[in-house]
Amino acid sequence: MNATLTLLDRTSFIELNARERAQALLDPGSFRELLGPFDAVESPWLMAQGVVPQSDDGVVIARGSIGGVPAVVIAIEGAFQGGSTGEVSGAKIAGALELALLDAQAGRPIRPVLLFETGGVRLQEANLGLAAMADIHAALIALRRHVPVVGVIAGMVGCFGGMSMSAALTSYLIMTRQGRLGLNGPEVIEQNAGIAELDSRDRQLIWSLTGGEQRVATGFADQLAVDDADTIAHVVRAAFDTDRSLPANSSRVAHWRDRLSRLPERAEGAALRALSPGER
Amino acid sequence: METLELRFPGDRPIIRRAHVGVVGSGDLEILLSPASETTVTIRTSVGGFGVLWRATLERFFARHPIAARVVINDAGATPGVVSLRLAQALEEAGS
Repeated sequence: MNATLTLLDRTSFIELNARERAQALLDPGSFRELLGPFDAVESPWLMAQGVVPQSDDGVVIARGSIGGVPAVVIAIEGAFQGGSTGEVSGAKIAGALELALLDAQAGRPIRPVLLFETGGVRLQEANLGLAAMADIHAALIALRRHVPVVGVIAGMVGCFGGMSMSAALTSYLIMTRQGRLGLNGPEVIEQNAGIAELDSRDRQLIWSLTGGEQRVATGFADQLAVDDADTIAHVVRAAFDTDRSLPANSSRVAHWRDRLSRLPERAEGAALRALSPGER
Repeated sequence: METLELRFPGDRPIIRRAHVGVVGSGDLEILLSPASETTVTIRTSVGGFGVLWRATLERFFARHPIAARVVINDAGATPGVVSLRLAQALEEAGS
């Protein structure tokens, strides 16, 4: 097959919306949504600020199964307000993780998956979004002690702000080449530190710093996957099936301290890759 | 942002509820639910286009005189996009 046919043969995961992504990961016919659009649990804060709300507040919580095992997929809709975390969307994510924790504590099998597509806290709901972040982080740390929590950053929004910490707290993180992971987004850095510090329009530079390929090469993410729905469903399932009980990346404090102590002067691109991510 | 409430005289029932679209730039979200009369609530990020909304919906409901509760959350979709999303929602709802 030539390159064009190969591309046409794929179903782009990036082009799917949050609901379709959850459906793509769950076993066929097992998708069941909690607090869906018709429950109309939307943000109570946006209307007052002249912003049109969305009926699911931009987060899809779906139960079903992955490889025959009960699962919960938390999918963020990047097209609505940049996938930002508000009071309601944050509570949906934290609540789903906390329910998964109850299952895990009771010995019921559960496979939690987080699909990140977010710029972080929703500025219109600042403090409530930040509070939700704390709930989400606490739930992730409690849950990953029992079962692996798998994260996916497909793109094209990427994963930034407080939610980049959530991504870092997962047990196993999958990225596409198009995905990006960073604490501050490039526009934010340029706005605050100037264009000499970072030109947010330089796509090659941005992806060489925060893109999926670089993040996997430098050990911040675990696996690179092509933008194909079947492939991503496969690697997510494989991450659970081959549970090697790895220590969560963020729990390897000595490892990261050592990396920091050997940081090159310009800690970017190839120089950062030269620091071996080391085996887990 | 602006909120519009419209009514249309349809009576053809829809089979199931349907949800399509995203409140993302240039797009909109539509929720269709079975109802005894057709009422439409539109929340749109762009004010001042009430006449255009009425005309677009009038044309749709003239062609498809369904009875449904319609909720639209809009982020600046053009009339063409609105018509396509309405057709998509109706296809999913069945009539």
